[in-house]
Amino acid sequence: MADNTVNLTIDDKAVVAPKGMNLIEAAKLVGIEIPHYCYHPKLCIAGNCRMCLVDVGMPKLGADRKPEIGSDGKMVVMFGPKLVIGCNTTVADGMVVLTKSPKVVKAREGVMEFLLINHPLDCPICDQAGECRLQEFSVDYGKAESRFVEEKVHKPKKTALNAKITLDDERCILCSRCIRFMRDVAGQDCLGFIQRGSHSTLTCYLGNEPKTNYDLNIVDICPVGALTSNDFRFQQRVWFLKQTKSICPNCATGCNTVIWSREDVVYRQTPRDNNDVNQCWMCDYGRINYKFINDPHRLTTPSVKSATLGQRVNLTWPEAIRQVVDKLRAAKRDSLAVIGSARATTEELYLLKKFSPSFAAYIPRVGTGDNFLLNTDRNPNAAGAMLTGFSSDYSVIADGIADGKIKTLIVLGEDAIVPELLAKLELLIVLDILPGKTTEAAHYILPGVTFAEKSGTFINAKNRIQRLNPAIPPLVGTKPEHLILSALLAELGGKRYATIQEVFADMTRDVPALAGLNLSKIGDSGVEVKS
Amino acid sequence: MEFVVITMAKIAVMLGVLLTVVAYTVWLERKVCAWMQDRVGPNRVGPFGLLQPLADGLKMMLKEDVLPRHITDKALYTLGPLMAMVPALVTAGAIPWGSQLPLFGRQIQCVVANLNAAVLVVFATSSFAVYGIVLAGWASNSKYPFLGGVRSSAQMISYEVCLALSVVPVFMQIGSLSLCHMVEYQTHHTWMIFMPWQWPSFLIFIISAFAETNRTPFDLPEAEQELVAGYNTEYSSMKFSMFFLGEYAAMFVMSAMMVTLFFGGWSLPFAPFNRPATTLWIGLAHVAIFLAKILVFLFLYIWIRWTIPRVRYDQLMALGWKIFIPLTIVNIVFVGIVLALWGGR
Amino acid sequence: MLVQRPKLTFWERLYLPQVLQGLWQTLSHIPRKKFTRQYPEEKPPLYGKYRGAPELVRDPDGRVKCVACQLCEFVCPPKAIRVVPGFRKEGASDASVEKEPSDFIINMNRCIFCGFCEEVCPEEAIFLLRDFSVSGYSREEMQFHKDKLLELGGVREDKIQKWKNK
Ligand code: SF4
Ligand code: SF4
Ligand code: SF4
Ligand code: SF4
Ligand code: FES
Repeated sequence: MADNTVNLTIDDKAVVAPKGMNLIEAAKLVGIEIPHYCYHPKLCIAGNCRMCLVDVGMPKLGADRKPEIGSDGKMVVMFGPKLVIGCNTTVADGMVVLTKSPKVVKAREGVMEFLLINHPLDCPICDQAGECRLQEFSVDYGKAESRFVEEKVHKPKKTALNAKITLDDERCILCSRCIRFMRDVAGQDCLGFIQRGSHSTLTCYLGNEPKTNYDLNIVDICPVGALTSNDFRFQQRVWFLKQTKSICPNCATGCNTVIWSREDVVYRQTPRDNNDVNQCWMCDYGRINYKFINDPHRLTTPSVKSATLGQRVNLTWPEAIRQVVDKLRAAKRDSLAVIGSARATTEELYLLKKFSPSFAAYIPRVGTGDNFLLNTDRNPNAAGAMLTGFSSDYSVIADGIADGKIKTLIVLGEDAIVPELLAKLELLIVLDILPGKTTEAAHYILPGVTFAEKSGTFINAKNRIQRLNPAIPPLVGTKPEHLILSALLAELGGKRYATIQEVFADMTRDVPALAGLNLSKIGDSGVEVKS
Repeated sequence: MEFVVITMAKIAVMLGVLLTVVAYTVWLERKVCAWMQDRVGPNRVGPFGLLQPLADGLKMMLKEDVLPRHITDKALYTLGPLMAMVPALVTAGAIPWGSQLPLFGRQIQCVVANLNAAVLVVFATSSFAVYGIVLAGWASNSKYPFLGGVRSSAQMISYEVCLALSVVPVFMQIGSLSLCHMVEYQTHHTWMIFMPWQWPSFLIFIISAFAETNRTPFDLPEAEQELVAGYNTEYSSMKFSMFFLGEYAAMFVMSAMMVTLFFGGWSLPFAPFNRPATTLWIGLAHVAIFLAKILVFLFLYIWIRWTIPRVRYDQLMALGWKIFIPLTIVNIVFVGIVLALWGGR
Repeated sequence: MLVQRPKLTFWERLYLPQVLQGLWQTLSHIPRKKFTRQYPEEKPPLYGKYRGAPELVRDPDGRVKCVACQLCEFVCPPKAIRVVPGFRKEGASDASVEKEPSDFIINMNRCIFCGFCEEVCPEEAIFLLRDFSVSGYSREEMQFHKDKLLELGGVREDKIQKWKNK
């Protein structure tokens, strides 16, 4: 047995835990949940909610310093006179922990009763309902009837903590998670409690409301509905939402996320644990930037700019593919360029590159970053674009169009070339999701889908390849880009790919850095690729 | 020429009357069954629901004619309901509906075709109906209609035999196969039903008639519990209603046969109804008497339908082949002996 | 189990007496009293806690009681309910409730009148009242929206007005 582990027993289960671990985490190792509110694995320990109380004892040692054996043949355990909090008790060799003893259950019932004394009956209008720890534990340890007959303490309700967050103080259980997060993680010491006893109230220092790019994480970690996100407020009940593991497409960090959707609508994004990427946080910029998925202006049908009619004519998909293929056949191969987007998946870029061996570029996208999560590179897949053979210097293409070397251009989800240049092209094919200057100039528009509607991979700034999963079906009339591109390639004499797996398999053959990978190896948390 | 015109007119009148009676039999059936179940029956369309048949007909015509995709032989599929309905209408032409009508200075016979082998024609034609059902079952190209069709053909062929054999004693007594002679004979002597030696014939005939028309308790071809709707499962709209009309027309014809063979046709056993009519009114009264007698039998049909549960298929076949056929043969011999000993012709 | 077939007498085996008895039975029913209810003119009496169509109610002060918690939408077996959550009007007398349905749709084609929505509602805002003959000429017409449901539901006398003192 290595030196840095200890052996202990939790509810009759033998546990081997690393030294220094607390009891909540150690119990988690063997699938035992110790209920808790204030403890959060990524925050410092406050120990103020008292929900995690457990019974802890050590074996009684005899005169020979050996554990004494009782008359029933079992080790005699000396339990402490008082219960201890699991969050702030570290494991020790030989420790015996009871998480379900009558004493513990009684203590939890007491804690729950105190927490609920002044708690409002807000569940029907509370956005947290359904994912509320208070609800969950009151099912386990709460009473159906309240013994409290006095008037409840009233505190400010429906107050704006800042523009993004609504605070309801009556619902707050004073766990201080939000305070610790803002102070220790987001780096703005702005929240605190005022008043005393049952009048304790969470508030922010005057004129110092949270204004970092990470505020919305306190909504996630608040165990109750005291902090709610204005963006998600009263939008939908969480129990209707389907959770799909995804990746935030807004910067090169590639925070792991969960997309919450119902039917065809995405309602919110929340961070997903991944200690190699984003721990359990994400930035507000990325979190809120998903509205384009359900944008009413989405392109929903393939169309052609008719020279005779002088306007756009909608096409069916087979007809659009046929016409585009005919035009591409006629176009000269060495005058064809592609512009990929580093917001597209690696698979799409790989397929797109096959159209033009000579000219392929993506559009860099830079913004201010910070030292925590937000990256200066706002493209989620610049590494993927590079690996599949796209250069970041798209001026070559602009120049090529200007001096007439490039006559045909395929653009995948970018809007960077000026319209004057686009007008010089003989054939412009655009795959995009929203109308813009480029789609306006396009001869053919092939509507694609957003990151929430497709599968594929992104490679982040640290060369980690991570997987997207479709949360909602493609908008009616649109098609995932990898299917559009592979349909075009197949008509032009290439291979026809039916699934993203087939594309990925071919890509691992052609891109050495990805050799040996497949989508299931990437899994939910991604793997690092050689660069 | 005159013959053609008169016959055409007779056919038209006969069909009109027949279809009206059939339509109102349906109404009657719904009313009677409702009464027997302590309900009121159709009462919304017209007084006492009397316009219900019209509404039903209209509805039938307006309904979508569904042609299931699995039907491959449309010709046979369409022929089915036609074959089920037409024979019943044709046989009605051989039955004397009355004596004669003095009209426009002519004596018009109240029968479309006064055939000297009318009984044979009636039996022969009415057995065509089985083809309709078999065709429908076959052309529907699905299992329930098929089973219904198979059952029905077996049943009708079996009872065809009983039906024909059971009335042989009647012909033996009369010595003719013409239905007009039959009525005439009964006006001169007495109704067949009043001659006790003809009772077994009548009993077997009426039961076989039920079986022949697929009515309860012998409605196995369309036993809902087992066969959905039997041979007409795949039919809708007018095609379905043709089966429906066919069934009721067959009931009518069978009732007419019973009246003609055993109950003196259009006659009543006293003057002036026991001899061919001399005035128009009496002629019309004869027709009315005939229809009234038929009505009694139609009521019997309905009454039995809403009283007696369906028999099992093996019981049906056993009854036909093991009991009725031997019985009819014995009956022929028995009546032959009776006739030879006491009178005869 | 062995079922003993009863021994039938000759008359029973003949079947005819039973047939005649049956015929008499049906015939004797013809003149009897009829039980038919002439429906549209003659309405059936509704007894006790009759469960008709689900409808939304207001409290005695005229507030919409529903707070769009969407529990009924969740519990409804045929998924007949669709709630579109929204905000109470700022500054209105019921602003403390914060939430209300901006639309509330019950698809009466789907509703099976089971009463689960009434049972689950934490606000006692939805009740199965006495309308039993909901009908319409189109599917669209059978989607009952918030206004219609509130109009049908009317006001419910109710002592506990939980949101009043919030
Ligand atoms: S915080 Fe939890 S318990 Fe409190 S009102 Fe919201 S859902 Fe209910
Ligand atoms: S607002 Fe939420 S996270 Fe903050 S102290 Fe209250 S309960 Fe805890
Ligand atoms: S009564 Fe039942 S089926 Fe109808 S809306 Fe309520 S829960 Fe749904
Ligand atoms: S009717 Fe009741 S259960 Fe349904 S949303 Fe409204 S408050 Fe919730
Ligand atoms: S989790 Fe241990 S005291 Fe709150």
